[in-house]
Amino acid sequence: MAIIDIDKDLCTGCGECIDACPFEALELIDDIAVVNEACTLCGACEEVCPVEAITVPEVEQADDARTAEAHGVWVYAEQRAGAMPEVVAELLGQGRRLADELEVELGAVLLGHNLDGQPEELFALGADVVYVADDERLADFNDDIYTEVMGRLIQEHQPEVLLAGATSLGRSLIPRVATAVASGLTADCTGLAIDPEKRLLLQTRPAFGGNIMATIICPSARPQMATVRPRVMKQGERQEGRSGQLIKVELAPDDKSATRVLEVVQTLDEQVNLTGAEVIVTGGRGLGGPEGFDLVRQLATALGGVVGATRGTVDAEWIGHAHQVGQTGRTVSPKLYVALGVSGAVQHLVGMQSSDNIVAVNSDPNAPIFSVAHYGIVGDLFEVVPVMLDRLQQLRGQQG
Amino acid sequence: MKIVVCIKQVPDTAHVRLDPETHTLKREGVESIINPFDLFALEAALQLREQAGGEITALTMGPPQAAEVIKEAIGYGVDEGLLLSDRAFAGADTWATTAALAAAIEAMEGVDLIICGKQAVDGDTAQVGPGIAQRLELPQVAFVKAFTEVAADKLVVERQMDDGYDVVALPLPGLVTVVREVGEPRPPSLKGKMRAKKYEVPVKGAADLGLAEDQVGLAGSYTQVVKVFAPQASGEQRMLEGSAEQTGAQVVDLLVDNQVIVVGS
Repeated sequence: MAIIDIDKDLCTGCGECIDACPFEALELIDDIAVVNEACTLCGACEEVCPVEAITVPEVEQADDARTAEAHGVWVYAEQRAGAMPEVVAELLGQGRRLADELEVELGAVLLGHNLDGQPEELFALGADVVYVADDERLADFNDDIYTEVMGRLIQEHQPEVLLAGATSLGRSLIPRVATAVASGLTADCTGLAIDPEKRLLLQTRPAFGGNIMATIICPSARPQMATVRPRVMKQGERQEGRSGQLIKVELAPDDKSATRVLEVVQTLDEQVNLTGAEVIVTGGRGLGGPEGFDLVRQLATALGGVVGATRGTVDAEWIGHAHQVGQTGRTVSPKLYVALGVSGAVQHLVGMQSSDNIVAVNSDPNAPIFSVAHYGIVGDLFEVVPVMLDRLQQLRGQQG
Repeated sequence: MKIVVCIKQVPDTAHVRLDPETHTLKREGVESIINPFDLFALEAALQLREQAGGEITALTMGPPQAAEVIKEAIGYGVDEGLLLSDRAFAGADTWATTAALAAAIEAMEGVDLIICGKQAVDGDTAQVGPGIAQRLELPQVAFVKAFTEVAADKLVVERQMDDGYDVVALPLPGLVTVVREVGEPRPPSLKGKMRAKKYEVPVKGAADLGLAEDQVGLAGSYTQVVKVFAPQASGEQRMLEGSAEQTGAQVVDLLVDNQVIVVGS
């Protein structure tokens, strides 16, 4: 097994690499860094070593034929009951940029039933080619038949990149598709770029509870697949009337799904659309009790946002689980995230730290939430929030 | 009903602290635990066994010390355990991980239901469950929040979606991944703990599963980590100083100035 090379004569035993290693693959033995089998050749140690004692070997990967032949960037255009989530427009925006850089076509794949009007929408958002499988057997989302159809399409057309939203549907379906076509998949990416020399997709995602970022590649198989966190990528510019090539995909006569959707229950009110919200105001244990959420609701309403909650408040039954942000709840990245009385456990930070603007109000100056906040206020939220509400009303009054 | 629950040993991220200066993890003294989501998978399995009878096997892959999570699962009340451990498994991505797990499940024969937690808290991929289902050509339902009907050859489950939930019929054999709504994990029983103490965890390696070394671990993985770095706090970060009257008004003004909030047309 490949392993990093540590020059024992150069190593000073400073320990920088041990702190940098995300995999606990390095330890100091007799004041020399020693590597173990947890090493994944990520190179974090090589980068921090002040005396250049560490070399990471280039990994030679046997390219299979697919890497040479694969061509084009694809986006999985998720839809449910005819409605496409926002992330589809974001994927097309990002997909367009990647396709232009690679000088290839941008394809969108649409599976479902009664999809009139949706291909046109995908063209307007930047797709050059839209593959549509419109069949009543695809009316409901079933992983097996969706995988079958996707797998066949990928094998036939061999795209080099496939992006999908890191939604409930995407994170259920796409791992299965990746396994069906035998390729690599990176989950919940927040950054995508192209290595122009090798035509590789550089997929960046939070790892280890969001405390480090990892860039991941899939050098030897195609397509290079990634699910992408909603509300992180920029939507492309919509061009009304833009057109492209429409390719209709027929299902095989014996295609069917083993699972059967008996009922679709939409409960947006109850569920709280945290993933789609532009503004989220979240309350933590610092609220002191369920009545503390009244103030959170007031600020959320004033800002046109929705109410979020930490695990602590949900476990204490101050508010329903549908509001929970974080690793056990929803991952969000709104334009504005206001954290009130939230200390900022790692699991919470993972779920919100890619928000565009983070405001934190907490009485504890050492609360970890301040490490990710753009604007931090150390103070009593019951004093600060009423002032914020007044100031908002005052400014809105001026604007008439 | 013959049930396999897939579990993973992970660092206890609840006790991982972030170094505010360097943004790196302080991992000293961090214990290893069962992935918290897998406790819901265990709980679901125990509930189903109560309703439908049968037996539960807890399956994990990891270094030799991962035998601990199998013993813990025995403590919770599962019947048997299996640890997949081999130096060749090290550095596996989800593709190589599912190769080993699926081979182990296939060798068990007659498995009716595989239950996974929705994701592991260290990798957060949620990819292993669906990957196993595809390799074994089994139907799957991910993100299950309730089991509403339990029969020998079929389950009816509620699947959490972004805009609500679906009621889905799943024929068995099949695979589900579960979310926390399936039920709070019960505590380990005294009897279970006693049994766990004495339980010898069976271990299998790549060769036992009929897998070549290049099918598993880092060598059998399609994805490669090429770089890791500390997340950059995007944009400026500042602490506002002063009284509540000052800071409350100032933060609103800053948000308006930066056009994060719009106060009028």
